Amino acid sequence: MSTLNKVNDLQVVNVSRRRFIQGLGLGSGALVLGLSLPGFSALASGQSMKDKAEHALNFFVAIDDNGKTSIVCHRAEMGQGIHTSIPQMIADEMEADWAQVFMVQGKADKRYGAQGTAGSTSIRNQYIQMRQIGASARQMLEQAAANVWNVPLTQVTAQNHEVKNLSNGKTLNFGELAKAASQLTPPEAEKLTLKSPEQFKYIGKEVKLFNMDDIIAGKAIYAQDIQLPDMLIASIARPPVVGGKVESFDASEALKVKGVVEVIQLKERNYPVNVQPLSGVAVLATNTWAAHEGKKKLNIKWQDGENAVHNTKAYQQELIDKVNSKGISVRQKGDVYQHQFDESLTVEATYSVPYINHTPMETPSATAIVTGSGDDTKCTIWAGTQNPQWAQSLVAGELGLPQEKLENVALNLTLMGGAFGRKSKSDFIIEAVELAQKVKRPVKVVWTREDDIQHGFYHSISANYLKAQVTPEKGADFWLQRVTYPPIGWLFNDKQDRPNDNDLSLGFGDLPFELNNLICETQTVTTHIRTGWVRSVACINNGFALGSFVDELAVKANVPTRQMWLNLLGEDRMVDVKAEGFNYSNYGMDYSTHPIDIKRMKSLINLISDKANVEEALPENQGWGISFLRSFGSYVAAATKVEVSNKQVKVLEMHTAIDCGVAVTPDRVRSQMEGAMIFGLSITLMGEITTKDGRVEQSNFHDAPVTRMHQSPPMHVHIVDSQEPPGGVGEPGVPPIIPSITNAIFHASGIRIRHLPVNKTLSV
Amino acid sequence: MIKLTINNQDVDLSVEKEMPLLYAIRDELKMTGTKFGCGAGQCGACTVHIDGQAMRSCITPISFAQGKQITTIEGLDENNDHVLQIAWREYKVPQCGYCQSGQIMNAAAMLSNNANPSDDDIDNAMQGNICRCGTYPRIKSAIKKAAQLKQSRES
Ligand code: FES
Ligand code: FES
Repeated sequence: MSTLNKVNDLQVVNVSRRRFIQGLGLGSGALVLGLSLPGFSALASGQSMKDKAEHALNFFVAIDDNGKTSIVCHRAEMGQGIHTSIPQMIADEMEADWAQVFMVQGKADKRYGAQGTAGSTSIRNQYIQMRQIGASARQMLEQAAANVWNVPLTQVTAQNHEVKNLSNGKTLNFGELAKAASQLTPPEAEKLTLKSPEQFKYIGKEVKLFNMDDIIAGKAIYAQDIQLPDMLIASIARPPVVGGKVESFDASEALKVKGVVEVIQLKERNYPVNVQPLSGVAVLATNTWAAHEGKKKLNIKWQDGENAVHNTKAYQQELIDKVNSKGISVRQKGDVYQHQFDESLTVEATYSVPYINHTPMETPSATAIVTGSGDDTKCTIWAGTQNPQWAQSLVAGELGLPQEKLENVALNLTLMGGAFGRKSKSDFIIEAVELAQKVKRPVKVVWTREDDIQHGFYHSISANYLKAQVTPEKGADFWLQRVTYPPIGWLFNDKQDRPNDNDLSLGFGDLPFELNNLICETQTVTTHIRTGWVRSVACINNGFALGSFVDELAVKANVPTRQMWLNLLGEDRMVDVKAEGFNYSNYGMDYSTHPIDIKRMKSLINLISDKANVEEALPENQGWGISFLRSFGSYVAAATKVEVSNKQVKVLEMHTAIDCGVAVTPDRVRSQMEGAMIFGLSITLMGEITTKDGRVEQSNFHDAPVTRMHQSPPMHVHIVDSQEPPGGVGEPGVPPIIPSITNAIFHASGIRIRHLPVNKTLSV
Repeated sequence: MIKLTINNQDVDLSVEKEMPLLYAIRDELKMTGTKFGCGAGQCGACTVHIDGQAMRSCITPISFAQGKQITTIEGLDENNDHVLQIAWREYKVPQCGYCQSGQIMNAAAMLSNNANPSDDDIDNAMQGNICRCGTYPRIKSAIKKAAQLKQSRES
């Protein structure tokens, strides 16, 4: 019997409790027990379809005899709407009726292909494949009908959940055809015809969103909500300094807390830190409160290790000094260093951004069960993870399972209560596995907010330097820019001492301006803490620096900022930064589908300027700021209006315009842009994590604040109608927001914010 | 033994009287609609009603709730058709959804004290509820819509 079945058996034991819960108004979807746990669908668990009379047409689509159509979403949902978008693309090509489509969350499984939900890739990389999966299912249903009627395939057509016989008008619905269709061989990719955009029924249209009703009813299941019989909840004290170790602790007081069952020291881990746990001491209890209370009583002495030297105050100055001296060139054109700068026409500026935490509303959590031993070890996990296959493979490694035994690790994905990059790292999942293996009971690891803020994978602290001279026609020339920050690659290779070309492809080395003289440089650094991908990654600091600098050039040249952008961008053309010697990664995409298109950039800058009316006359203490960045395959411009009085900033209005090519789920593009504006407000106005003696100084929302409702102004989103190949949506919204705010502050007050966050200089 | 009335059901729990209500609801009663966000009264994810008032269950000892009427998101409306839930669906408010139980419970308590809240009233009442995904503009629109729905239901 598999672990999976065992878990199922376990789940129905507590009938009285189940009845009780239903009595409380939870309905039949008893969230804690049995089949309602995420991942337990025939399709997603790879179980036989027979007992459900559900017929699989491929790995993503199954239809039962009544026509109920299950479509797998293999990517993870964290609020971006992918649970709707993937079925939407498949169902459209299938001609399925949306009302009969049910989304099934796929588990970690390499047969789905790439499952990582990161880098805003789910749609931009799979727009064609997902539609092909739908088209393939459609063609199998059509073939099944053609076989029944004994007519050629060309004589039938699928439409709205049925197949029609074109010669006599007869129909067979998908439910009637499902079984026969499932026995056919899927057509070859070349034999598939995809719809043309005017035939779309769901892509680009408003559809009912999955999860919405459950969330609003309080029934949606997140990782923290997993409840299993006999489960223990673990709260872990982790070393406050990365690389630190436990010197001593005392379990006795913790064990006196009612509900605490065990205290376990986690194993020590070595460099590189990877996305492995930080080690520490775990308190396991029968309820969450007891676990957290027990943790407070451990009286741990830590050995801090070498990273205790890390003080952000001094470190930030070090980064600033570094970018103010000659570095390692990654892209060069003409000769900037020989140029005699005309001081009166030159702008030179250094910008810095502190560490920033993801702070997803749901702190990290994972539940694991481990049974068996050796090569027969089996493990079942429930977690919100952006990277299920990576997690699965790390867990296999943790359990000593060879990679051929990956399927021994069943990883079920729950909804994520926000992620923003945090949940692409598996440290919290491995913690649960390590503990579950030790105690031989289900273990749920739950992070407190303090844990989340103090043991994150932060957006890197950074410094950007820019210098250029304004010129009459082109806007500017003799452009010198440098950036450095602790690179994320240090996690995996602790010898990596600077951002690599891939890192520098994020809004730095891909500068699209028409310049005769340009140099882009970076610098080496020492890393002391875990950094990681935070929504928009290095486009946060590069976008801030670039957007601020263009505004500063505009001020110097005494032209509107819009004009400066248009001048710098120059003629409509496709820019090839690789031809200029920069090893550009273009977010993993080919120029042929995702070029750097100056025309699209210019039209976005004009669009945002016109929609927000940024050149309107304003009272003395008000100002508009704009900015732009192409990132993750999409083009985004932002405009913000602020008022500054008595050193207090009030944000009055914000606009974002996005050209993401085809917008598959327009409402979720809109909500992502709204979210990006608010995420951007948090970064700009108040986002900062600092360290002293290697320890993070912040602990909860009072000292690591995020935007609240009264700080969030009216917002407007403008989506460009486009049939270009889709670009990303989750990440590219944020970068232009940040400088649009600080530029607005400058135009309202004359105060130029070059060092984030704003609340170090002004009240927010 | 602590006696609670939650969503109109009486329950007995044998837990420490200092245990915050949040953990009793989630871990003992297994009702997971009420969420943990900070454990410190700073984010509102854990908001429930105690005798009709919005309270942060993460910092409310269970002893305080003894003998009082507790309502969680699961008990707000038996058909999930509270005016706020209707408006929330119309405006497609949630993104990740994790904060939304708390947002709705907080807004529901506000609406029962203030039938026609202004923007400022909403800002004031809702600023204790964090949404990291950034659903504030939609929350605001949905609250106003719900206020209208409520008025038209009552008139
Ligand atoms: S969890 Fe209670 S206010 Fe944040
Ligand atoms: S919807 Fe994600 S935190 Fe509010």
